[in-house]
Amino acid sequence: MTKLDSKVPKGKLKDKWSNYKAHQNLVNPANKRKIDVIVVGTGLAGGAAAASLAEMGFKVKAFCYQDSPRRAHSIAAQGGINAAKNYPNDGDTIYRLFYDTIKGGDYRSREANVYRLAEVSNAIIDQAVAQGVPFAREYSGYLDNRSFGGALVSRTFYARGQTGQQLLLGAYSALSRQIGLGNVEMHNRTELMDIVIVDGKARGIVTRNLITGEIKSHFGHAVVLATGGYGNVFYLSTNAMGSNGSAVWKAYKKGAFFANPAFVQIHPTCIPRHGEFQSKLTLMSESLRNDGRIWVPKKKEDAEAIRAGKMRPEDIPDEDRDFYLERRYPAFGNLVPRDVASRAAKERTDNGFGIEKNESGEGVYLDFKYAIERLGKDVIEARYGNLFQMYEKITDENPYETPMRIYPTIHYTMGGLWVDYELQSTIPGLFVTGEANFSDHGANRLGASALMQGLADGYFVLPYTIQNYLAYEITNPRKNPAELEEFKKAEEDVKSQINRLMSVKGNKSADYYHRELGKILWDKVGMARNDKGLKEAIEEIKALRKEFWENVHIPGNTDTVNPELEKANRVADFLELGELMAYDALNRNESCGGHFREEYATEEGEAMRRDDEYMYVAAWEYKGDDKEPELHKEPLEYEEIEVKTRNYKTA
Amino acid sequence: MAHKTINIKLKVWRQKDAKSKGSFETYELKNISVDSSFLEMLDVLNEKLVSENKEPIAYDHDCREGICGMCSLFINGRAHGPDDLITTCQLHMRKFSDGETIVIEPWRVGSFPVIKDLMVDRTAYEKIMQAGGFVSVSTGGVPDANAIPIPKEDADEAMDAAACIGCGACVATCKNSSAMLFVAAKVSQLALLPQGKVEASRRAKNMIAKMDELGFGNCSNTGACEMECPKGISLAHIARLNREFLTANIKS
Repeated sequence: MTKLDSKVPKGKLKDKWSNYKAHQNLVNPANKRKIDVIVVGTGLAGGAAAASLAEMGFKVKAFCYQDSPRRAHSIAAQGGINAAKNYPNDGDTIYRLFYDTIKGGDYRSREANVYRLAEVSNAIIDQAVAQGVPFAREYSGYLDNRSFGGALVSRTFYARGQTGQQLLLGAYSALSRQIGLGNVEMHNRTELMDIVIVDGKARGIVTRNLITGEIKSHFGHAVVLATGGYGNVFYLSTNAMGSNGSAVWKAYKKGAFFANPAFVQIHPTCIPRHGEFQSKLTLMSESLRNDGRIWVPKKKEDAEAIRAGKMRPEDIPDEDRDFYLERRYPAFGNLVPRDVASRAAKERTDNGFGIEKNESGEGVYLDFKYAIERLGKDVIEARYGNLFQMYEKITDENPYETPMRIYPTIHYTMGGLWVDYELQSTIPGLFVTGEANFSDHGANRLGASALMQGLADGYFVLPYTIQNYLAYEITNPRKNPAELEEFKKAEEDVKSQINRLMSVKGNKSADYYHRELGKILWDKVGMARNDKGLKEAIEEIKALRKEFWENVHIPGNTDTVNPELEKANRVADFLELGELMAYDALNRNESCGGHFREEYATEEGEAMRRDDEYMYVAAWEYKGDDKEPELHKEPLEYEEIEVKTRNYKTA
Repeated sequence: MAHKTINIKLKVWRQKDAKSKGSFETYELKNISVDSSFLEMLDVLNEKLVSENKEPIAYDHDCREGICGMCSLFINGRAHGPDDLITTCQLHMRKFSDGETIVIEPWRVGSFPVIKDLMVDRTAYEKIMQAGGFVSVSTGGVPDANAIPIPKEDADEAMDAAACIGCGACVATCKNSSAMLFVAAKVSQLALLPQGKVEASRRAKNMIAKMDELGFGNCSNTGACEMECPKGISLAHIARLNREFLTANIKS
């Protein structure tokens, strides 16, 4: 018997959300003023939720580690946001967006949540336009669309290559308005250190001020975590330097189940790494695959000559180029989903066709020559100019003249805290939105769907569902955390963890351990995984963690700006989270979406799902530092969709 | 393949906290790959300082792809360093030569006080935004996105203005420490679109009043801000801001 109740409403799929809203509890305006909601993280999911809740009349306390909510990493999303508007009249519907998302996620997401996501997608575009988000338009003055991977329609709205920036600035403007009105108490440069549970409910958080080092408690009738994904566990990823998994990890250790931690997205088109000092990897938007063609040399000797610097890609004639995505997946071609494109790149480079001039021998080409011939340089520049500029600044190569060099890297985490239909975790009163939860993308997320989910959760789902919980909180008065034992204890725990870290006084930096952890995970819990490697990874992570606690070195003090302490706090959590990822990957004896187990592949090298045994959400429960986590299963049932093997070869 | 490397000397502004007096300290680094970014070079220096049990240099940075606006270094006398249309994190070491001395300072702006070393406090920008950098629309109850056609030229120009990342390079570059380009970018973006037109004058008035209150200087149209803006925000937006501001004053 599972402990997991997904609380999916009864009734037909298309009626569930309307029925839910029609019957849920609401909080009346006079009572909203008496309710405090804590929102941690101010990206799309957090910023939108904080603004919307404050507009409704709740008192909101919002937190971010950056110096402004406008800097949350949602800002870096480039390509676009999906919605089922069907403006281009190419046959899109809510059902089709829902279907593509479930299929794209390789049938490992919850049907009712995904349908609701598709249902509210259109309202997001309306909202953003009303805020003044300058989406791309046609000469008619109407909104323009483009295509993204995993879809046969053009449903992606965009603002040049800066869609995430523009949507975040929209949410940020709404949030700024509420801060100015005094409805949101904003705490910048503040990091969550722990979540406080009182009588079984989430009642607040303990934070550290990143400037003064002050440890402080904050009371809330409910806590919303919108803290993003944990992709930085790999050290190198497309995430921001400060992106971290600490909030969700603290929640996990306080009793929130962690779902599908092994489901990590590896984005196929990033600029390859250049050397040991590399601090992060830069994404090149999936939108580029609308017009760019991906290839490697057909002949191994050509690939070798390129790696040796004796040949240029322009020297290779068309007939000697292997457009391997077009060859393997004729129906979707260069626009196959990310997991498929990434694995195909790995397959080619593993077989010796990679193009990078370094030890890795990785890398493939993304070539715009054909699009420039077809459309002209001006059109390509209008579409992707800022991305091309970004590429040139990093690589010193001009992508109008020579193909981009790209390779897959860690980009997004589909896994996250387990939530029910109301986005509530297994801790009552603790809600989780955006990338931080697990709910909508299954084992693989489609391009332009992260912005959609973050804003759907933030504007249109959480502000409703949280009221079904808060309606029972109206009789609980606001409390002073200084008077509650639970807060005092949490503050002491936080201080003692910081003191423990500071007193190690070893001789290696937090970054050193982070890089080592990243190597273990990339090699053994990365694009391809197997039983032996995963078992090794678990042991290696345990040993590394032990060494970290014996040998990490943090200079400076605790009562001032101390980036080394910030990093060490986050790395300490990553060193535990990485192990849970390996457990989850080891448990899942199948391949699905971004999770590829070498033992479970078809003869053609495609992922082999095992629906009979693994059609469930793996939700892990923390049982203590030295104990193995306990697995709980939420079975996935598909009522409206026929479960099939994913096929991107034919329509 | 061996990467090309250079040796450099760094003169870095060190300041314990807002109240302390700061000074330059000199560091030497050897064998820095020209393919590494400027901030990766600073990472190398910091890792070295940590290993010597010295305090690393504090500086703001986050996305490292030129969009979050967090990084804010004044390098060799230029905001974001010796390259055009980039942020500090997009600057690469290939822009420097072997043996060069590189001077690194924080933004020197009264309204952005130094927090530590190279970090500054840009809360003033937040307050300006809170004073009016929005369309006063709440979630829900808005018309269909295609209900109001907007001429492509207007949408494109609004996008040009909306590209501002709020880094503060314009203020740091301006001899008067004026925030006009920052304010103009937001006012102009929203004034160009029908959704934002309704409140355009009020917005201009409120944001400018807040800017003045926070001690930013006046604009004397030298155009230095435009030259150093990593996103190439045009001076033309300041003209539009002035128009909206004038209209607001005539109306009142």
